[in-house]
Amino acid sequence: MIKFQNVTKIYLENTIALEDLSFKINEKEFVSIVGKSGAGKTTLLKLLLAQEKPTRGRVFFDNQDVHKIRPEKLPELRRRIGSIFQDYKLLASKTCYENIAYVMEVLGKSNQEIEKDVPKILEIVGLTERAQNFPAELSAGERQRVAIARALIHRPDVILADEPTGNLDPYNTSEIIHLLLKINTLGTIVVLATHNKEIVNSLGKRVITLGQGKIIRDQEKGRFIL
Amino acid sequence: MLVSIKRIIRWGWQGLFRDGGAATATVFIMVLTISLITSIFLLKEASSFLISSIQEKVDISVYFKENSTEQEILNIQEELSKIPEVQNVKYVSQEQALQDFIQRHKEDPVLMRSLEEVGRNPFLASLNIRASDPTQYEAVSDFLDNSLFGYLIEKVDYHQRKPVIEKIFSLTANLEKSGIVFSVLLVFLSFLVVFNTIRLIIMKGQEEIQIQRLVGASNWFIRGPFLFQGTIFGILSALISLLIFTFVCWFFGSQISILFPELDMWTYFLSNIWTIFLIQLLTGIGLGVVSSLMAIRKYLEI
Repeated sequence: MIKFQNVTKIYLENTIALEDLSFKINEKEFVSIVGKSGAGKTTLLKLLLAQEKPTRGRVFFDNQDVHKIRPEKLPELRRRIGSIFQDYKLLASKTCYENIAYVMEVLGKSNQEIEKDVPKILEIVGLTERAQNFPAELSAGERQRVAIARALIHRPDVILADEPTGNLDPYNTSEIIHLLLKINTLGTIVVLATHNKEIVNSLGKRVITLGQGKIIRDQEKGRFIL
Repeated sequence: MLVSIKRIIRWGWQGLFRDGGAATATVFIMVLTISLITSIFLLKEASSFLISSIQEKVDISVYFKENSTEQEILNIQEELSKIPEVQNVKYVSQEQALQDFIQRHKEDPVLMRSLEEVGRNPFLASLNIRASDPTQYEAVSDFLDNSLFGYLIEKVDYHQRKPVIEKIFSLTANLEKSGIVFSVLLVFLSFLVVFNTIRLIIMKGQEEIQIQRLVGASNWFIRGPFLFQGTIFGILSALISLLIFTFVCWFFGSQISILFPELDMWTYFLSNIWTIFLIQLLTGIGLGVVSSLMAIRKYLEI
């Protein structure tokens, strides 16, 4: 489903974010990407979302080279991926409800479906009361939960989660991880980039460890070892 | 499709109200630009009126020898009237010329005394010719010089007046030309100001545009609300400008009429109100839409 083939990403001369990276992620897999800050986790997710271009190598999604997709066709790829960004990337001018509904509107879902699904996901992430608030009026943890709700709402084929629990308390953290696991059992690929040792160790799923832009370890049922 | 259009309009509408400050600033700048273009349209009318009234003051006179009879001169007048370039030919008899002179210089004792000393009417009968276009005087003058009745003519004062006529002609032509250059320059500058204002406002929303791209919105979904807003800005600015000009023309029209009785700005404005509104509307919507499109373009590359 997802394939990185000899991917190298160099930002400026001497700043190598990723170096000759090759791996595959199969359907229904749950993969954690771990590594120190600056190990290249976020870059890896950005390459998959075609937010950045690799310096060398190719990235495939469903046998299609992501970076050969014409700009006007990119939205089709991105609609199949639900992204939870480290900096949330919420639309500041829209309320919580509208931020989540926007993804469904973009997909052309009917108003009835939107009115049915959005309150449901807001309840799951515990933000029913905050539906009409703007992102600036929310705490970091609440924003993170809106971002999660937005990534899940349209049942994408893949979820890319970049530090989704970074600002959450232990209770919310385990709730969100449960949610991601549940979605994964329904057939969605989950790619989780995280620092959180406890989460990774408790998952018992595949772990890819990055160090200085290279894959140090790639283990089925892996553990968080740097 | 219909659902998408409805959503785009709703987002655009929401944006207008949620960022009222930016909307007000844009409309204000657009009203200035539209007003400038409307002024150019109205000034064009006023200046062409002024130019034609200057040109109307230009004429040439043909003086006839003392022995020519009135009938001969009237025949020539008839001949001249047949030339298409000639707009108007006026006969001034010897007696009339004398009366005009006395009327004009009755306050000047030296001139009056010299006239008395001459003892007779020293003035010649003449035809005063006005051409429809100042460039035609040369042709009229040539026609007179080479005509059959040339023997009756004492002199044609075209050659004397030639420099003045040519100066007026080149002045009015230059006035028109520099007016066009100046207007084009002003319009260009004001377009730049509007474009930059809209660009700054959209730049503020740059991050949102990129987020919209990342969650899979197509480019038309992103552009749509901005285009809708651009159209609304255009319509609103055109309406405000129309109101301003209705007031200005009504208020100042009568004052201008005191200076130039034949120039009635208010009537001119009323009889052209639809053309003016169309110009304002097209300028407003065109500016709003084109500026938005150009400003968003570079943020859609992610």
